Amino acid sequence: MTFPLPLNDVVFAVAKILFSILGVGLSIAGFLGWVERKQSAVMQDRIGANRASIFGFTVLGLFHPIADAIKLLTKEDFVPKGARKPLHGLAPIISLGCGMFCLAALPYGGVVDYAGRAWDLTPIALPMGVPLVLAALAFGVHGIVMAGYASGSNYGLLGAMRGAAQMIAYEVCLASALAGLLFVYGTLDFTEAVRWQVSHGVWGIFLQPLAFIIFLTAGTAVTKRVPFDLPEGESEIVGYHVEYSGMKFGMFMMTDFFESIVICGVITALFLGGWSIPFVDFPSLAGRSGLWGLWPVAAGALMVGSSVGKILLMLFLLMQVRWTLPRFRFDQVLDLGWKHLLPLALINFLVTVWVVYLWR
Amino acid sequence: MAITVRTVKRPERTFATELYLVEIVKGLGLTFRHLFVNLYRHSKRALGLKGLPGSVTVQYPDDPAVLGKRARTRHRLLKRDDGAPRCTACLLCETICPAKCIRITAENAPDVTVEKRAKTFDIDLGMCIFCGYCVEACPVDAIHMDANEVELSSYNRKDMIWNMPELLGDVPKTPSRP
Repeated sequence: MTFPLPLNDVVFAVAKILFSILGVGLSIAGFLGWVERKQSAVMQDRIGANRASIFGFTVLGLFHPIADAIKLLTKEDFVPKGARKPLHGLAPIISLGCGMFCLAALPYGGVVDYAGRAWDLTPIALPMGVPLVLAALAFGVHGIVMAGYASGSNYGLLGAMRGAAQMIAYEVCLASALAGLLFVYGTLDFTEAVRWQVSHGVWGIFLQPLAFIIFLTAGTAVTKRVPFDLPEGESEIVGYHVEYSGMKFGMFMMTDFFESIVICGVITALFLGGWSIPFVDFPSLAGRSGLWGLWPVAAGALMVGSSVGKILLMLFLLMQVRWTLPRFRFDQVLDLGWKHLLPLALINFLVTVWVVYLWR
Repeated sequence: MAITVRTVKRPERTFATELYLVEIVKGLGLTFRHLFVNLYRHSKRALGLKGLPGSVTVQYPDDPAVLGKRARTRHRLLKRDDGAPRCTACLLCETICPAKCIRITAENAPDVTVEKRAKTFDIDLGMCIFCGYCVEACPVDAIHMDANEVELSSYNRKDMIWNMPELLGDVPKTPSRP
């Protein structure tokens, strides 16, 4: 690598990261707040939030996320008396920062040849992408524990302890569910994993359906949403963020949505074939002539649209699961994680290894 | 009367329910069905077509409140056929009222078969607990709780007291503004 980098490389890298965090992360996270309200309302025979209006227009309640954002930004940022102030401020930043990093490490598209060079559409392309995303997701729990500990409140500490216990329950399954799949792919890179699925013409979900279910379950636990919402405990208000207000609380809420997007992105990349669309050959599509030579750009946009569309579909499913299932008890989560998911994931891994060994 | 015992069979815990996954899929099917059926009904309504509503929500302050047939609402005093109030000022309702919100003063009635009648009849709706005992206690069926009116709030406590002409419906209640 030559240094200083060419300017267009730097601009493109920054644009990719901004797209992943602002375009995908923030806009989908803001949209998800609306989706969650409306989807739960429609499936429970209700109407849902429909009162926020601008000049009398409500547009199906789409202005509610804007109203929420304005409220959170203008609200007093209250720090309780017993709180450890630096940690209290640092916790939401750690939580949100980990989610943001994961967003930027997801593959949104492959490599497109345009204007005499190759453009890699993955914001942060790393040969160790999968373990790094898993590590960042695990590190996000530090923000939760820190928040509960630093707020100087017993309720916050209880929520933080629950968060730590839940992390112990799901974290091992999360990684071991992916072990078999990554063994088949022979790579730890998201982009390489997607390329393997494209070149072999089969998606990961058909290779490893059990791993998909285990990863989806453990992934739901990562996002701290309802079947596994022990750290938040919305129904009894014993959560790690009880002592947070204003935008700090908003950052925790956004972390939830960001982590949902990340989990759905990982599922999309490893199980649902990433940006690939069945019967669409992207290299030949990009190599076509006509359209004023913009076919590569169109192919790249289609790649990004395809992966984001798959992420949105998975998010839709996660929302539906959130409003369908009741909540797990504390010990049930640990039981589920250690007694059921982990043995299944390990058996899945061993069987996969043997099958791959015999096949070769 | 003999006590009848109905034995409710416990749901059997088969492998499918123990697995939990089948039940999750069933539950998701239920919620997805509700979601798509309601979305279809909502969009049909949005296009101006007739059909079932997509939600059961009553948007109360905008739309009128839906009250049950037997809902206990504001009190109403009834009249006899000749137009005189039915109330004979026996004070049974005032006596039974657990909230002590009824004040009656009696006077001699010109009709000798009635003997007494109410001179004033005040109900403090700010204290009323809408138990309906006064309706049950009344021997001459003079008081009902079927005015179908539940929007009774006012800006001060004095306006919560309804007097006899207002309860009879002779004089409309005109609350004072703040």
